Amino acid sequence: MELIVFVLASLMVLAGALGVVLRSNPVHAALSLVLTLFGVAVHFVALEAHFLAAVQVIVYAGAIVVLFLFVIMLLGVDKSEDLSIEPFPIQRPVAIVVGAAITGLVVAAVVRARDTIAETDTPLASDGDSNVQLLARNLFSDHVFAFEFTSILLIVAVAGTVVLTRKDKRKVEQ
Amino acid sequence: MSAAMLGAVTPTTTYYLILSALLFGIGAAGLMVRRNPLIMFMCIELMLNAVNLSFVALAVRFGNIDGQTAVFFVLVVAAAEVVVGLGLIISVLKRRPGATADDLAELRG
Repeated sequence: MELIVFVLASLMVLAGALGVVLRSNPVHAALSLVLTLFGVAVHFVALEAHFLAAVQVIVYAGAIVVLFLFVIMLLGVDKSEDLSIEPFPIQRPVAIVVGAAITGLVVAAVVRARDTIAETDTPLASDGDSNVQLLARNLFSDHVFAFEFTSILLIVAVAGTVVLTRKDKRKVEQ
Repeated sequence: MSAAMLGAVTPTTTYYLILSALLFGIGAAGLMVRRNPLIMFMCIELMLNAVNLSFVALAVRFGNIDGQTAVFFVLVVAAAEVVVGLGLIISVLKRRPGATADDLAELRG
């Protein structure tokens, strides 16, 4: 049963990822990205990371992809682009080789280390607490400073974006 | 292999790590192949998700919740990154509709 869930979710993830890379229309690519993100959320549920699964759907599939679609529509670039145009003829083969090499190296490392990974099988020390409680206790005790700094990061990001995209009125008037 | 045997096989951490490597490779190849800045951004999201998946798989395997906390921070940083990146893309593409990543080389100082 778990294997069936894993295979189906993995198919979702890989089909979506290939869709993002191969689809010529940006809207289709964004919708393929949703498929991948949902597949990853299913994996999170299977791994009993319930909070992250919820956040994955809300933040990634909800907010980030909607932001992508919003920008695509705002700029009016929702037309298929011609993927056969290739300014550097060597770029595609090299990119595919490099991508395959990254995958191959990581897979080789994982397969080599599979005995080490398999022998340390310690379940989360839960004491009956749910995943959300465990995560909250860890986040607000050990990582509370990092958590506060992310609020600064978000404020800076929002302020920076407003400054970037807003027109300078003084220059327009002159 | 019979259905009963298939049901007995449970996916181990190795399966998740290999899936994560595949996802990362697809994202990396896409980032290098595609020239539309929006699609390149989506490929970065794919790579971030691959890393998140391996973080969660290893957090469960080693019984350490720190891995899931790291994924939480990756999510926050990804959200901030998308906000700034899409702001940049909007201000570039407004000025030059249909610009690709190659055209942006002219921004070099």
